[in-house]
Amino acid sequence: MTDLDHIRNFSIVAHIDHGKSTLADRLIQLTGTVAERDMKEQMLDAMDIERERGITIKANAVRIDYPARNGKTYVLNLIDTPGHVDFAYEVSRSMRAVEGSLLVVDATQGVEAQTLANVYTALDAGHEIVPVLNKIDLPASEPDRIKAQIEDVIGLDASEAIEISAKTGVGIPEVLEAIVHRLPAPTGERDAPLKAMLVDSWYDSYLGVVVMVRIMDGVMRKGDQIRMMQTGAKYGIDKLAVLRPQMTDIAELGPGEIGVLTASIKLVRDTRVGDTITHDKKPCAEPLPGFKPSQPVVFCGLFPVDNAEFEDLRDAIEKLALNDASFSYEMETSAALGFGFRCGFLGLLHLEVIRDRIEREYDIDLITTAPSVVYKIHLRDGTELELHNPADMPDPATIDHIDEPRIIATIMVPDEYLGDVLKLCQDRRGIQQDLTYAGSRAMVVYDLPLNEVVFDFHDRLKSVTKGYASFDYHLSGYRTDNLVKMSILVNDEPVDALSMMVHRDRADARGRLMCEKLKDLIPRHMFKIPIQAAIGGRVIARETLSAMRKDVTAKCYGGDATRKKKLLEKQKAGKKKMRQFGKVDIPQEAFINALKMDG
Amino acid sequence: MLSPSWLLAALPAADPPRADWVEAGFGLYLHWPFCQSKCPYCDFNSHVAASIDQPRWAAAFAAGIARVAARTEGRVLRSVYFGGGTPSLMAPETVAAVLDTVRAMWPVANDWEVTLEANPTSVEAGRFAGYREAGVNRLSLGVQALNDDDLRQLGRRHTAAEAVHAFEIARATFERVSFDLIYARQDQSLVRWQAELDRALALAIDHLSLYQLTIEPGTAFGARFAAGGLRGLPDEDLAADMYDATLERCATAGLDAYEVSNFARSGAESQHNMLYWNGGDYAGIGPGAHGRLTLAGTRHATVSPSAPEIWLQATEADAPAAMVWEPLSGQERAEEYLMMGLRVRQGISLARAQAMGVDPGLSQRIFDASQDGLLEIDGDRVRATARGRLLLNALLRNLLVGESCG
Repeated sequence: MTDLDHIRNFSIVAHIDHGKSTLADRLIQLTGTVAERDMKEQMLDAMDIERERGITIKANAVRIDYPARNGKTYVLNLIDTPGHVDFAYEVSRSMRAVEGSLLVVDATQGVEAQTLANVYTALDAGHEIVPVLNKIDLPASEPDRIKAQIEDVIGLDASEAIEISAKTGVGIPEVLEAIVHRLPAPTGERDAPLKAMLVDSWYDSYLGVVVMVRIMDGVMRKGDQIRMMQTGAKYGIDKLAVLRPQMTDIAELGPGEIGVLTASIKLVRDTRVGDTITHDKKPCAEPLPGFKPSQPVVFCGLFPVDNAEFEDLRDAIEKLALNDASFSYEMETSAALGFGFRCGFLGLLHLEVIRDRIEREYDIDLITTAPSVVYKIHLRDGTELELHNPADMPDPATIDHIDEPRIIATIMVPDEYLGDVLKLCQDRRGIQQDLTYAGSRAMVVYDLPLNEVVFDFHDRLKSVTKGYASFDYHLSGYRTDNLVKMSILVNDEPVDALSMMVHRDRADARGRLMCEKLKDLIPRHMFKIPIQAAIGGRVIARETLSAMRKDVTAKCYGGDATRKKKLLEKQKAGKKKMRQFGKVDIPQEAFINALKMDG
Repeated sequence: MLSPSWLLAALPAADPPRADWVEAGFGLYLHWPFCQSKCPYCDFNSHVAASIDQPRWAAAFAAGIARVAARTEGRVLRSVYFGGGTPSLMAPETVAAVLDTVRAMWPVANDWEVTLEANPTSVEAGRFAGYREAGVNRLSLGVQALNDDDLRQLGRRHTAAEAVHAFEIARATFERVSFDLIYARQDQSLVRWQAELDRALALAIDHLSLYQLTIEPGTAFGARFAAGGLRGLPDEDLAADMYDATLERCATAGLDAYEVSNFARSGAESQHNMLYWNGGDYAGIGPGAHGRLTLAGTRHATVSPSAPEIWLQATEADAPAAMVWEPLSGQERAEEYLMMGLRVRQGISLARAQAMGVDPGLSQRIFDASQDGLLEIDGDRVRATARGRLLLNALLRNLLVGESCG
């Protein structure tokens, strides 16, 4: 147990690529927490996908012993928070577990929208914030301009910002000193009943479910009988440890400390981020405020390309769900795609991460159907229902009106791209809320329908701004709009997996684009294939895929028979990668590529 | 569902099925594996060698032939085909030695066809008379193009003028001469192909092979194509237009498309190639050569090692690896019969296919394809229509794999 005065808990707020992981690596290295030979890049991003995408999906932590210049040794707990908007709630909980933040800004780039959102979350959590300018070794760095920007845009005093290069190690000792002297120590009552926050949890194949906790009041010991106040579940603590970053057993955790426990918890689903952990016999009076059960906002269908892999997919999804309480799923049957699952995600990144993991870790080829948001359908008889899947749309005659979820989006962009960004937002039915300038960068705030953002908005934004824009959003509520279900018919048969909800005013253009895309994505067949978009029984767009004209081997003599037969078998295998709709074979990638709106 | 029972009713009374070599003849293919240089489009088994010991090769061919002959005694040989590689690099003495062995091993038909593939260079034309002496009676010249730019692009070592000259010598030497052209070349327009084809037809005697350029993996063109090179190849529609124009012009000139890429006046068809397409028996001798031989009622596929030196050593040592025999199931045999037989104008015999052992759904699939205008049924014969032949690969995928490929 460490004295409160000698503990500093902090997180690092940074935009992707601004150097958060590298700085964390340097802090770990400089304090000798990890032996030099065990260092690897981005120590804290454990999953391949995290390393590849340069993002943090799960919270992670490291405990560092730091002998300060004043001769005292401090325990520094760094919680590495997820940095993406999809995980905004998880970020807010992680922030509540620490008292301060390092705000890392790339001195060549400046403040980005994502940074802004996370700084506000940190300020909401009452953090003390130390600005850190990274990459000052680069010739393009402009520390003074960026300091001015931090003051303008965020309103933080940047006069004492620390200039560092996480790459070369310049300024790292000053960062460690600033953590000790500029960030507050935690507070808490050692003698009060146990009150700890469940910061995150994950599944470890050796230990089972591991729970990260921050002790607010009281003391937690191995063997304690604990209770989760939100779920009511009770457990006995089997193991108590801190992360250095590998697990190191510890006898007890006192106020202000951060550590992990295992307690024979079977499923990660049984643990809720933000829950309050207390002693079963002597509980605290009130749980911590701000707990929210996680709520999926984006849904899509995941189907195995090969129907025979359905059970494998079920197995993969169940295993992933054990480790991710925010991911929901239920079985779905599609006339077009057979058996699969309708899955709910926190956002599009979350969707992509889960999909990638199924394909990669479980080796199952997937068809992903059009992502959909949750619509509220108000029927004429006064009942309201939530629509997760356009295929479940009730008879339009019974519908009074439909509400769709909306977001407030903040986009920061160099002013030369502002026109393109405004056009993109306008095209996506956005309503401008605000437009301000900080130097040569504009900050625009738009009220947008979530369904216009959910699919490829981020890709389009990156493409029209050559990657210079940054984007963040939060859900802002529901609004009634003129929404219809658009169906796609291939060879006169509706393909349910391609149907989608669209705004009536945009349906014609969207339908035309879908038909044109499908015409390119579906290979020619021996007959011509009409491709149509329809609302109810009315066709709003139509393309015709002309019939295949020539597909014959030019030379086929005695020596070619064996080879040719193998080729036919290969083509037969290629056909398996497609799904058959009536007489038409549709390749798996057509389902997702047909939705991209880059014209 | 419409029952194709009338199809079954049309079948002749169950005669015992006859062996493939009786049904469609027996021939011999010889593979000469050497070329002076490798053409960038060619995926045949060919090798460039500094020096070739021709007497040693002649002896090895003779040994290979004797081994197959021992298992096919008494069959009447209808044709011999020297393919490659570039068989016109063979010394006439080598060809003569092979043909002497052949005559000693099997009774040969009076009108047997002995074809040799040749490159139309002046050097090779100098050997034509020697081949004639040895017993070759049909020459197939790889002209490939009638303009020099395209010949260079195709990696050929002769000019158009040289090719025409070689053709003149060939026609004065052999009873029968055919030549090959490749169309759908890079940046070739329909009009240019038509003009080139007209010149070819003016030159041709009674047989032409006209192939669409196919980019095969494992060739120089294949690698260039995969790397994003080789632009300006015609798309499917232009290739189909070129094929249509080819059919039309050849028909006007009196050459009928008796097979997908082969055009001839009636009676001038290549007998040896017909044997492949009609599901006959053929021995394949030489590196990488394939054969199909029916022994005691079972059809076998034979394969030989592709590397020239390995084949040579295995054959000289009389090792089993020199020619590996694999029995074909009835289903495999029927699949090959359909695959090959639907390429030719007269199509296949349904009774023969059924006797080989097709799956029970085939009649229905044939009937469905006839309803779609891809096949036509005429008594026992099933033929691809003009459209069906142009879509033969797609048609075969449906016929042979049927519902199982859903």
